[in-house]
Amino acid sequence: MELFSQWGLTLVVFLPILGAVVMAAIPRARETAVKRLGLLVSAVTFLLSVGLLFNFDYGRASEYQFEMNRSWISAINANYHVGLDGISLPLLILSTFFVLLSVIYSWNHWEEPRNPKAFLILMLILATGMNGTFVALDLVLFFIFFELVLLPMYFMIGIWGDKTVRKIPGFARETETRLYAAIKFFLFTLFGSAFMLLGFLAVYFRSDVAGDRTFDIPELIRIASDTPEVFAGRFGWLVFGAMFLGFAVKVPMWPLHTWLPDAHTAAPTVGSVLLAAIMLKLGSYGFIRIALPILPEAAHDWAPAIAVLAVIGIIYGSLACLAQTDMKRLIAFSSVGHMGFVMLGISTLTDVGINASIIGMVAHGLITGLLFFLAGSMSHRYHTREMARLGGNQKLMPILGGIFAFTAFASLGLPGLAGFWGEFMSLLGAYNPAAGLSLTLFRTAMVLGAVGTVLTAGYMLYMLQKVNLGEPKAEWEGHHFHDVDRYELAAWVPLIVLIVAVGIYPRIVFGATTDAVVDLVRGAFPSTVTAALTTVVGG
Amino acid sequence: MLLNQFLILAAFLFSLGVYGLLVRRNVVLVLLAVELMLNAVNINLIAFESVLRSSEAVGQVFSIFVITVAAAEVGIGLAIVLMIFRNRASANVDEFSLMRW
Amino acid sequence: MSLLFSVAPDEIHFTDGGLLAQNAGVLLVLPFLAFLLIIFFGRRMKYLGAEFAIGAMALGWVYAVALLVLNITRGVAREVHFEIGRIGALGGEPLVFELGWVVDGLSTMMFVVVTTISLLVFIYAVGYMRGDVRVTWFFAALSLFAGSMLVLVGAPNLVQLIIGWEGVGLASYLLIGHYWEKKENSSAAMKAFYVNKVADIGLILGAVILGITVGTFRITEVLAAAEAGLAALGPVAVAAGLLVFFGAMGKSAQFPLHVWLPDAMAGPTPVSALMHAATMVTAGVYLVARMFPFYETLAADARGWILWIGAATLFITGLIALVQDDIKRVLAYSTVSQLGYMVAALGAGGYAAGLFHLWTHAFFKALLFLGAGSVIHAVHSNNMSDMGGLRQHMPVTYRTFVVGSLALAGIPPLAGFFSKDEILASFNHAGATTVLWLGVAAAFVTAFYTFRMVFLTFHGNYLGHGHPHESPRVMTGPLVALAVGAVAAGWVNIPGIYTGFHHWVEVREVFRPEAAPASFDLLALIPGVVAGVLGIVLAYLVFNPERPLQAQRDRLEIPLLYPLLRRKYFLDDLYWHGIVAPIKGPLARGVDWINTYVIDGIVNGAAGLSLALSRFVYRGLDQAGIDGLIGGISAAADATGSSLRRMQSGRVQQYATGFVVGALVLVLGIVVFR
Repeated sequence: MELFSQWGLTLVVFLPILGAVVMAAIPRARETAVKRLGLLVSAVTFLLSVGLLFNFDYGRASEYQFEMNRSWISAINANYHVGLDGISLPLLILSTFFVLLSVIYSWNHWEEPRNPKAFLILMLILATGMNGTFVALDLVLFFIFFELVLLPMYFMIGIWGDKTVRKIPGFARETETRLYAAIKFFLFTLFGSAFMLLGFLAVYFRSDVAGDRTFDIPELIRIASDTPEVFAGRFGWLVFGAMFLGFAVKVPMWPLHTWLPDAHTAAPTVGSVLLAAIMLKLGSYGFIRIALPILPEAAHDWAPAIAVLAVIGIIYGSLACLAQTDMKRLIAFSSVGHMGFVMLGISTLTDVGINASIIGMVAHGLITGLLFFLAGSMSHRYHTREMARLGGNQKLMPILGGIFAFTAFASLGLPGLAGFWGEFMSLLGAYNPAAGLSLTLFRTAMVLGAVGTVLTAGYMLYMLQKVNLGEPKAEWEGHHFHDVDRYELAAWVPLIVLIVAVGIYPRIVFGATTDAVVDLVRGAFPSTVTAALTTVVGG
Repeated sequence: MLLNQFLILAAFLFSLGVYGLLVRRNVVLVLLAVELMLNAVNINLIAFESVLRSSEAVGQVFSIFVITVAAAEVGIGLAIVLMIFRNRASANVDEFSLMRW
Repeated sequence: MSLLFSVAPDEIHFTDGGLLAQNAGVLLVLPFLAFLLIIFFGRRMKYLGAEFAIGAMALGWVYAVALLVLNITRGVAREVHFEIGRIGALGGEPLVFELGWVVDGLSTMMFVVVTTISLLVFIYAVGYMRGDVRVTWFFAALSLFAGSMLVLVGAPNLVQLIIGWEGVGLASYLLIGHYWEKKENSSAAMKAFYVNKVADIGLILGAVILGITVGTFRITEVLAAAEAGLAALGPVAVAAGLLVFFGAMGKSAQFPLHVWLPDAMAGPTPVSALMHAATMVTAGVYLVARMFPFYETLAADARGWILWIGAATLFITGLIALVQDDIKRVLAYSTVSQLGYMVAALGAGGYAAGLFHLWTHAFFKALLFLGAGSVIHAVHSNNMSDMGGLRQHMPVTYRTFVVGSLALAGIPPLAGFFSKDEILASFNHAGATTVLWLGVAAAFVTAFYTFRMVFLTFHGNYLGHGHPHESPRVMTGPLVALAVGAVAAGWVNIPGIYTGFHHWVEVREVFRPEAAPASFDLLALIPGVVAGVLGIVLAYLVFNPERPLQAQRDRLEIPLLYPLLRRKYFLDDLYWHGIVAPIKGPLARGVDWINTYVIDGIVNGAAGLSLALSRFVYRGLDQAGIDGLIGGISAAADATGSSLRRMQSGRVQQYATGFVVGALVLVLGIVVFR
């Protein structure tokens, strides 16, 4: 047990990449062996993370548990420092869970040019990157995991992606969608992370005021709260701006979002799922884990700007959705809107708001992940994503259609399902933001956010009507469609159950996060008063 | 000292090597020309060492390094040449323009 | 019997209700259990899952009635809470989300309404939906609705209320669009969901304000804070009150948000009866009633809005019912109008009056809808121009339908009479004379369109196709049961004789009971009854005469009516030209026009506008603007690269020449410029 609590986290992070190395040694032709190994590795990783979940001490959720801190690059005082607290726990579980589900789903769903071995190896590398980002407590380590995620996704999109050749505005030549999307995705993120690294370095060089320079996140947070002047003023403002660029691209926040629809449209199903479910959360997680607690004063200065961009994202994303004809592209734009709520929550700098953003991330992961699974399975069967050609899906494939309808309703934030809490709590947070933030601005944001929920309902129901309802189009007459197969069910049913469970009993998430969030806010923004203005209740 | 004579010899060999590198069309000869240039450098190294006589015998050590690297380089170079020859039935350096845009 | 309940209003006592109230959550969960059973096992059952739905609802009905009896005998006010998540902890007490149930007079009454009507409608639906494409799913969705409605009604806090609130919205969407193969049906379902979603903004923001300001979402504590005059709540109370009411306006189809309800008639008739007449649409009324102490104290300024919105609704929408040919639409507009009565009553401070009308209306309007369903089942058309003369063919349906119509028209001693009278009395009591006369006028209109419907459907000659016949027992049974309710439901609140209903619904934790009226208010009673009778009489005069061509009669052409009126002191003529024709003609048509073009136009226009806007945002801003900029930058890099790449010829010797020349230049440079 002692051994597990020390090495468990490291194992969860590196087991997938170890599996990838072993898999590389298996000949490509032995497909079943490759798939079994992939399933084994991802299942063991998931079980290990569940083991962490059960050994997690919820009473100390605000502290780092299963911590490991070893010297790594002593010349720059970068350490291998990992740990798990209430904020990262749900996201880590989400990540290991989705990788497992993706492997299950992949079992008999391969996009051209197949090659399960290469695909699974990329997926396992991706898993290491994602798990690592959620547990890294050292800026260098964080950066490396953050960037490690890029490559596998780049290849997934570039090799297994959509092969349609089309004209891209601004380019002279026609381009294959997958190439365009992969490059756009890579460059956009790299552009952001360059600034992010700059920010990390600036913090590092400033940190010597209180002894040695350090990349250690808890150490930096301590410096920020003990001697706030170190990271304050213009320096802090600029550094936060740099980090903002890095994280905001990943979220993605308006107007840095344009890579997302292209990447999602082009990516293979599993790529889209992991991109939506986990990778978008790396950005918002970075805000909560790094930017806010290390640079609280700058965060306070930036919060109105973040709120404004978040709200623009909500409205804009929803409006853009209404104009889409491509199903996957619509779902991708919906992510812009949903992540807008997540960022609105963060921008309030309150415990309720940040809690909102975490449950929003978990819910968006579950729901949009499932939506992309479904969209992928549909385009697998119809060989098109054009909504104008679809219709009557409910009639052709009742179970698939039913799950699709369920997920669409979950996505539009139906109360009682997971998606509601994030939206509702973002509005709660925005009604009463941290002390010193403009009430007018945040309450306007609240109202606009609420209007956004109507638009969300608008495009989700529009999509349902186009795709699911009505009579099937004439071109599908005589076609026989297989309704969901057992691999799909195995991957989707757990998600459905979780969406309902989190919707009815959100304590599944809050039980871990609340203490950690409260502790974070108390440390970074001591003057903030949330929850209740007063608690005088008579009677 | 006999330094000048060595330097002249080395310069001659090096120029020969440069000439060979630039004008020969046969890849094997191009590789040989590279060897010539490397050996010219070796001669220089040894000559200077015999004059300067450093305590760690830097010149000799370096020339041994160069020889080792040269051996490895020729090994890989000839392997590549062999592969290309098998595929293209030619050892003409002009046809080796695979590594372009 | 009246002695038992003749306690003075301020002496209301209540108990915690013991085990029965403590475990009332069973009632809330049962329909969801039925939902799951139907989804997984429904298709294998003999009645395709209906037995689960009916079984669960029968159990629920027994439980609800037991609660009602308990409430009547001993008074129950009990809340049970389960924490489902603590979301913040700064600044004092933690903010928590909870689920649970509240058992008090108000919720108990609603439990009884919901379970009773649901049970009867479910039984009816077994007959009505026989042979339908998706019977199993239909009953699953109905169970989902019943569960959500009970969750809404039993919600002790605003968050759970919102969950139930949108749950019934979902069920409504699913059931309105039951025949989703046709686009107009799924569009009607979407319209209902959208309009409600717009209104839900109000409810959600209201809940946000109240929750944050008071520090809890528990309704009782919010009300207690309002009673205590919590300082922080003062400045935002009216805003919160109006926002919450805006939410209620959507669900309860108040003008100008009522436009979805008539379209919602696209759903199967049992759905219309259960959801769009008896239960779901009353959720808004219930919400205002639940928050009533709040509107009495800090948010009192919002009351005027409630009164006038209700008054506008009850009058404006009632007129539209006059010109409808679709029997379900007549009933739909009638429902909207009656909801207006309830809302206006609450706005006038008539808490028990509004709820009493909710109670009686549930019975007779469900009865009317089910009767209409029975007719539609027989003639396979919704249009009254395809009906007529059904009196002989469907005697049970006819009789029960007339009972329902009389109740709706407010004829004593049927249910609608007592409740409508108390509402009018409450207007009078509040000094809202204008609203009182609006209410009386609407009562006249109600009676008129109701009996127009009765005459067109059941009298005269049959104009449809085939041979209509009485519906099976499984459908007429619920009709008879509801007819009994439509007759007797009003007898629980007769001023001066027995006013038990007041006590039923006023047993609440934070509540200032009002005095039950000791006698009838004649100023309200007489105009109300006269208006109702006049309406029926006028409908009889205009529509009843047996005539060969129903279509002529329907068009209200004057020829046959005119001479008669002329001959009789020109009085009828005056009625016709002065009242009926303008109301039925320009006024009603004008209102219909406003309804269709202005209000619906705004709804549709907003949709079109946002579509156009989104197209502009997407094509103009996003693709051409932002994306174009990004694309331009990479295109520039691309162009530079393609011109430079020519240098890379792949010829080793060319490169080597470059090295050598470069080295020479360097050496020369060093030598020359050193």
